[in-house]
Amino acid sequence: MSKVTVALIGNPNTGKSTLFNALSGLRQHVGNYPGVTVEMSTGRFSHAGTEFEIIDLPGTYSLAPRSPDEMVAVDLLLGRRPENPRPDVILSVVDASNLNRHLYLTTQLMELGIPVVLAVNMIDVAKSQGILVDPVVLARDTGLRVVPIQANRGTGLDELRTALNQAVGAKSPTTGPQLPEPVEAETAALETELKGLIPRFLARRLLLDVGGYTEEWLTTTSRNGLKDHLLAARSRLSEAGLGVPGVEARTRYAWIRTATAKAVTNPPSRMVTWSDRLDKVLTHRLWGTLIFLLVMFIVFQTIFVGAEPVMDLIDDGTSWLVGQVEGNLPVGPFRSLLSDGIIKGVGGVIIFLPQILILFGFIAILEDCGYMARAAFLMDRLMSRCGLSGKSFIPLLSSVACAVPGVMATRVIENRRDRLATIVVAPLMSCSARLPVYSLLIGAFMTDGYPWWVPGLMMFAMYMIGFVTAPLVALVLKRTLLKGAPPLFVMELPAYKRPSLLAIGRRMFGAGWAFLRRAGTFILASMILVWALLYFPDRDANGRYDQRIEALRNEEKDDEANKLRSEWQRDSILGQTGQALEPAFKPLGWDWRIGVATLASFPAREVIVGTLGIIYEKGEVDAGDEEERKKLGETIRADWEKDPMRSKYRIPVALSVMVFFALCCQCASTLAVIRRETKSWSWPAFTFVYMTVLAYIGAFLTFQIGRVIVDLVG
Amino acid sequence: MTTLNQLRTGQRARIESLAGDAALVQRLYEIGLLEGEEVELLGVAPLGDPIEIRVGNTRLSLRRREAVGVEVEVL
Repeated sequence: MSKVTVALIGNPNTGKSTLFNALSGLRQHVGNYPGVTVEMSTGRFSHAGTEFEIIDLPGTYSLAPRSPDEMVAVDLLLGRRPENPRPDVILSVVDASNLNRHLYLTTQLMELGIPVVLAVNMIDVAKSQGILVDPVVLARDTGLRVVPIQANRGTGLDELRTALNQAVGAKSPTTGPQLPEPVEAETAALETELKGLIPRFLARRLLLDVGGYTEEWLTTTSRNGLKDHLLAARSRLSEAGLGVPGVEARTRYAWIRTATAKAVTNPPSRMVTWSDRLDKVLTHRLWGTLIFLLVMFIVFQTIFVGAEPVMDLIDDGTSWLVGQVEGNLPVGPFRSLLSDGIIKGVGGVIIFLPQILILFGFIAILEDCGYMARAAFLMDRLMSRCGLSGKSFIPLLSSVACAVPGVMATRVIENRRDRLATIVVAPLMSCSARLPVYSLLIGAFMTDGYPWWVPGLMMFAMYMIGFVTAPLVALVLKRTLLKGAPPLFVMELPAYKRPSLLAIGRRMFGAGWAFLRRAGTFILASMILVWALLYFPDRDANGRYDQRIEALRNEEKDDEANKLRSEWQRDSILGQTGQALEPAFKPLGWDWRIGVATLASFPAREVIVGTLGIIYEKGEVDAGDEEERKKLGETIRADWEKDPMRSKYRIPVALSVMVFFALCCQCASTLAVIRRETKSWSWPAFTFVYMTVLAYIGAFLTFQIGRVIVDLVG
Repeated sequence: MTTLNQLRTGQRARIESLAGDAALVQRLYEIGLLEGEEVELLGVAPLGDPIEIRVGNTRLSLRRREAVGVEVEVL
């Protein structure tokens, strides 16, 4: 059986993914392309005795590479990647209603020296708008094999497979647009100067793409002199009236016009489409915004309300399992590892799934139907004030529920710097896991004896800290670390279409599975680590803690059991670390107890309430139980009254704890997805460090300024 | 001489020339703007920016400062 490699490429929104899925079905996987942050899937199918491997290249408007990612795709097509085979055929997908613009990319593909098959998709949609495309005439006038298809209905796919088969080994197209002679001459000169380091195609890109990736790459790695020759060449062309980049555009479009003149019939006047009608409302200044806010509200509410019952179920399941383990295994490190480390750890990972699935379901629906681009359009002005673009809005908003799906949702942002900035500030958006801490401390210190509106106001203020800090940090990042030319916002608003359930399902489960596999292992590892740090040493002079605690509980001596438990935690590795670090906590107004609890909650901030419960000898307090929280709050308050400093300044201390939690990234899950999305360890490390520093400074300032205010107010 | 960002909603115009940052101009060409093509201003975002235009059957959104280099003749 002969094997053929096909490269699938086209503009975004051409139904390329639908075609890819239709051709390869389940025989697909995400390819391994080192150095690429975008995902490129590879699929397989067979036809007439040939085995095809099809690579789904990212949607693009042209082959002018602007980033390392795009360069990878171009290198792949030129056969310059030793790890990947050069494609035997290029499958260029175009939209029948927008043929002229889509063929721009195709004309560039025709220069690569590989046979090109043109798949004209969405023939039916074009027809309903009165646009008729004659494939036979188009084939004749372009010199390419042309197959009309409807990828979503599966029409034309057999003819497509046959065409691909026939194209293998055929002549590559030579009938494409030719750039004017002087341009080709300058290209040849540059190619010669680079002594064959790059093929003619890249030499052309070097000349034509002002400030493009090819230029950047070559002028920084080659001997000097190249840049000057390049500028001189462009200058000569400009004087001859053939300036870049215009000359390329005019040449290509002129050829395209001629090639489609007879093949495409347009209606006498443009018909108003459904998309036109919908957009009149959806991008309307007033109605569009209101509808957008409504949609956001629905998404948000669904995540909170819809996920909760499932999350409770998972919680119950975890508790049940823990109960089973504790009931059936003897007391000991293994039992504790299993119940407190592994089961709770795995439960802590799985509990994110409902939120991830719901959010990704919505995002898939909004993207598929085309509304996502409108959302970015409406929010762009707001976002650009923070140095970001409209596409960052939904990921940031989602992070208010939970940063884990929020960070994963940044995939919609194509610009690398914008995407990184969004990812790095997403954890600042006050996520719902911070609520238990706020509730505990506000309940303990700012409720009794205060006006009715104080608790609500404080809660609001804590949320605002996140909402205000995130854009500021983004702005600073875009001006410093992630500085660069302001990215272009030019964005296509694709025609609306009915989202495909299959595609949505695929995206949802893809996201969930990816999270489980990659993030899950990291989260589990960190939870086990913390478990170990809190468990060992597991005995003192009087014997093992766990056995003695179990004995005490069996005798119903709960108070003594809780006391011993607290001692155990205090003398554990983490506890001793916390005590040793007490000088570092003093400027924040904290004692070692708060310090240890904070350290313990670095993998997952919601752990703080339970840990505080143990330290203050209340046993393991359930963060979700309001009664238990209240009692814990009272205990903490009583304890602070004993210390003169903390008694006087109890509000600044409480605030400094909350501010720390507001700004610190205490979530292994978030760091894990940041690692996955950025494919490097430096970004999660950076996020963790900057947020911890920010949190420390914030808590410090809060406490110190609070102290001054308390002193002044007397 | 009118530029694209000066059009009012509903106005149609023909593109005369594209000027400005070369990378921006190249991007505009790639996405379908070209001398001689007809554009229509479909609308403006709530805070005044970006704007939404139609070229052929393509709907695009761009920021005003990206549109300011596109000279058009109102039809």
